[in-house]
Amino acid sequence: MALGTIGGDGRTTARVEQEIFSRGRDLKGSSFKTLMFSALGVSILVLVVLIVDVLVDGWPVLTTRLGGFISGTLRSQSTDELLGISQGLAGSLWIAIFVILLSFPIGIASAIYLEEYATQGRLTSAIDIAIRNLAGVPSVVYGLLGLFLFVTTNNGESTLFAGGITLAILVLPIVVITSAEAIRAVPSSLKQGAYGVGATKWDVIRTQVLPFAAPGIFTGTLLSLSRAIGEAAPLILVGAITDRLAPRDRSIFSPEQLDDRFTAMPIVIVGWVQEAARDVGFAAAAGAAIVVLLVVVIAMNSVAVMLRSYFEKKRG
Amino acid sequence: MADIGIESQPILPLRGISIEALASPARRARKEAAIRFIFLLAALVSIAISLLIVLSLVREASVFAFNIDWRQTWGQIGWFPRQGVYDMPTVLVSSLIVTGVAMLVAGPLGLGSAIYLSEYASRRTRGILKPVLEILAGVPSVVLGFFALFFLSPQVVERLGRNGWLVIGAVLVIAYIAIVASWMRKLIKREIDTPLSTQLVRVAALTFSVAFGLILIWWVLRVAGPSDVDNGLPFVKRGGQLAAAAVGVGILTIPLVASVSEDALASVPQELRQASAGLGARKITTTIQVVLPAAVSGIVAAFIIGVSRALGETMVVFMAGGAADAARFTDSPFEGGLTMTAAMASLATGTDNVVGEGLTFQSLYFVGFVLFVLTLGLNIIAGRFVNRVREKY
Amino acid sequence: MVRLLPSKERLSKGSRVSAEELAADVAVDAVASEQTAPTDAIIDDDMPESDLVFNVSDLSVYYGDFRAVRDVNMAIRPKEITALIGPSGCGKSTVLRSFNRMNDLIPTARVEGTLLYRGVDLYDERVDPVEVRRRIGMVFQKPNPFPKSIYDNVAYGPRVAGQKKGLDDVVESSLKKAALWDEVKDRLNESAIGMSGGQQQRLSIARAIAGDPEVLLMDEPCSALDPIATARIEELMAELKDEYTILIVTHNMQQAARVSDRTAFYSVEVDEKSDRRTGILVEYTNTEKLFSNPDDERTENYITGRFG
Repeated sequence: MALGTIGGDGRTTARVEQEIFSRGRDLKGSSFKTLMFSALGVSILVLVVLIVDVLVDGWPVLTTRLGGFISGTLRSQSTDELLGISQGLAGSLWIAIFVILLSFPIGIASAIYLEEYATQGRLTSAIDIAIRNLAGVPSVVYGLLGLFLFVTTNNGESTLFAGGITLAILVLPIVVITSAEAIRAVPSSLKQGAYGVGATKWDVIRTQVLPFAAPGIFTGTLLSLSRAIGEAAPLILVGAITDRLAPRDRSIFSPEQLDDRFTAMPIVIVGWVQEAARDVGFAAAAGAAIVVLLVVVIAMNSVAVMLRSYFEKKRG
Repeated sequence: MADIGIESQPILPLRGISIEALASPARRARKEAAIRFIFLLAALVSIAISLLIVLSLVREASVFAFNIDWRQTWGQIGWFPRQGVYDMPTVLVSSLIVTGVAMLVAGPLGLGSAIYLSEYASRRTRGILKPVLEILAGVPSVVLGFFALFFLSPQVVERLGRNGWLVIGAVLVIAYIAIVASWMRKLIKREIDTPLSTQLVRVAALTFSVAFGLILIWWVLRVAGPSDVDNGLPFVKRGGQLAAAAVGVGILTIPLVASVSEDALASVPQELRQASAGLGARKITTTIQVVLPAAVSGIVAAFIIGVSRALGETMVVFMAGGAADAARFTDSPFEGGLTMTAAMASLATGTDNVVGEGLTFQSLYFVGFVLFVLTLGLNIIAGRFVNRVREKY
Repeated sequence: MVRLLPSKERLSKGSRVSAEELAADVAVDAVASEQTAPTDAIIDDDMPESDLVFNVSDLSVYYGDFRAVRDVNMAIRPKEITALIGPSGCGKSTVLRSFNRMNDLIPTARVEGTLLYRGVDLYDERVDPVEVRRRIGMVFQKPNPFPKSIYDNVAYGPRVAGQKKGLDDVVESSLKKAALWDEVKDRLNESAIGMSGGQQQRLSIARAIAGDPEVLLMDEPCSALDPIATARIEELMAELKDEYTILIVTHNMQQAARVSDRTAFYSVEVDEKSDRRTGILVEYTNTEKLFSNPDDERTENYITGRFG
């Protein structure tokens, strides 16, 4: 077999083998591949080092007094038994509520308008340009907007209200863009089928578009929520206080909280990082607070990413 | 007409129809119009926000511009807002350093990750590694600030020291010279009968790149030399330095550069790769000679978006940039400094309240306005490049 | 009685036919006992306007500046199956979709001429396309079941029309009419996505008739199906003819010959200068005649396979 002649030109199998079998390793190619992989590898390694670093820094607090840390409040000494993040957690929860109540409905409704109602024209392209540019505005500029709108008109007192709305505005373009993408992916055959039996536009949106786009919209809203929870710069601008917040008698979830000065998880972390220059113990507290924040944020992102790939697979 | 053959068919009595029967019932028409109006209102919110941002920035920034003594904003010792000294070069140069160093980190790592994921990774590897990169994208910037201050600054930047900087600087300069040289060689190879205007543009570009190279060399040597900024107004020094913050910003920017580049690579039609492979090209040849040139607009867009993001990043520099409420002018990444964004954040935290104190409040908006214009311009340019990719394929 | 009216005025006015063609047509006409002009209308002058289901005159459909199809004249009688055939790009689907204003969903689409449904102009500004589509249902080329249960698919039309009671009966009778009841009666609450292609298409038919329409528009309903499933749909159409007026677009000439009472042959006219392609109605007559003894040479060429 191996010595059989192929065709009439005297080419043997062995000779063809010799010609087309790869000659050793492609050194250039494999080193390029390795280089590209190491770029990805380094990026992932950085993430691992980062997580290990905050875990190591926060470890003493997390292992010895996690419960007290979560229920504790902001204190002036890192050794204080009552030091903790309850106010930060409460503030971040309030921010999440603002985002859910404001950004989600307005963002999803904008996306529906752009994808299902808007006709080509000046208004539509103006809305489109506005949303795309808003998505690229640095977060600190949203802080300036919040400062301008709420704080200066409120005798310089910053409130949870101002911070919550500022972050809701910040993530609005993300909600619009991800929701619009999800709506665009709805097969037109479904919409046509519904129109074909006499459905109105709202019927089609309600019964076909939204159910089909729901997983994509949910993914986008989850990502934007985690972005809002991790964002600090706009809050600093609207004046979330970065150091001590006096413990209060009433419940931190009471509605009066809306008119109080507030803090949030990222702000607590920034404050403690600054305190660490004076009192090194705060670095450990900041590390522990970061672990708590990261657990929440990474959990939300992971759910969003997994949900998306699940539906991508399911729908081919 | 017998061939039509339907005259025998009886015509059955039919449902009568009038135009009213086909008209929209008033209630339904009102409901549909109302729903449409609500969605339109929601969409208009974005326009309102855009206008408000521009209005707030322009209004306060113009108050600053009309009332400030302009000598206080240029050529001063540094950024000392509470002393009424608002030296713009201080924050601009710091922003430039942080953005430049950040892109040195994010550019190669982001693009390399994108090339690996798009061209080499198997479906399964991609399915595992891409979500990891997306998790990195979700890490809040305060976490990177902590990491830059407590890990990157002592463990990486300070250990590297000035000798390490010299090595990095040398590599940088050599890489730059190599790129310019290969570009020059290509230009010289071309025919001589190119129009004069093109030649003039080439000469200008060449002069510019040589001048930039010389400045680069001067800067690397200067930073490696002894520090000369040590006198003047007092300011609170904090741990960290611009370099550590910049690397932190770069890490934050990696996933963005990677995902936009990957989109660009994915939009290159599979037929191009197959055509190249069909001609007997190796994978590396296909990638470098066919795929990357085809995706170049998108990759440029990825870098521009990365620059815009790095320019706007606040918390990492604020926490790990090494300066608290004020900064002296510095062009060294090993000094503490304030970028535009960090300057804004420190103004807002320095005292309990930003309102009042002369033009301090307005200076916030002036810097914000400059930042807004820069990032908006970059994003518009990036958008053009992205559209070019879309039009091509 | 139905008479094919040659309309000489329109022919002479129309710039679309060259003088040579006109001469040739006249020659043919002289031989034929009946004068029939290509691209011209059938007008049922003895049937009252309100008894005709559709009366189309000089219909042109545009997408932006592009005229997809022009000057269509057709009259559709009740409880018949009318087939629209022709090469791809001849605008037959475009015409079909203008019968229930599905073209409205394309932002740039525009219609000229009149399209009367029971004497009412469908493109009158007072007309709501939603009401039109509830009377004139549509079945699409690719089966497109909603990602819902079989029951919810069939009940969809009545539900959006506001019906809440008696849905069970509607679903059952619609599925029976669509010859699907026996196959699915035990799994009405299962998802429609798991059905076979032929079942899905019959479900689409059941969904279309559940809203109690008068007309069914079918846009190449069998093109995605295998021959056995196609045969079932064709059988079903013959049954549905007793109750509904059916218009079907098909690229399959045998299918048109098998199922339809009348056939309209569309073709493409290419403008030499601009290379624009516009669809035209070449010939519209009863199916038997069109396939055995067409009046127009282009029809003859197409059905004998010399063109298309």
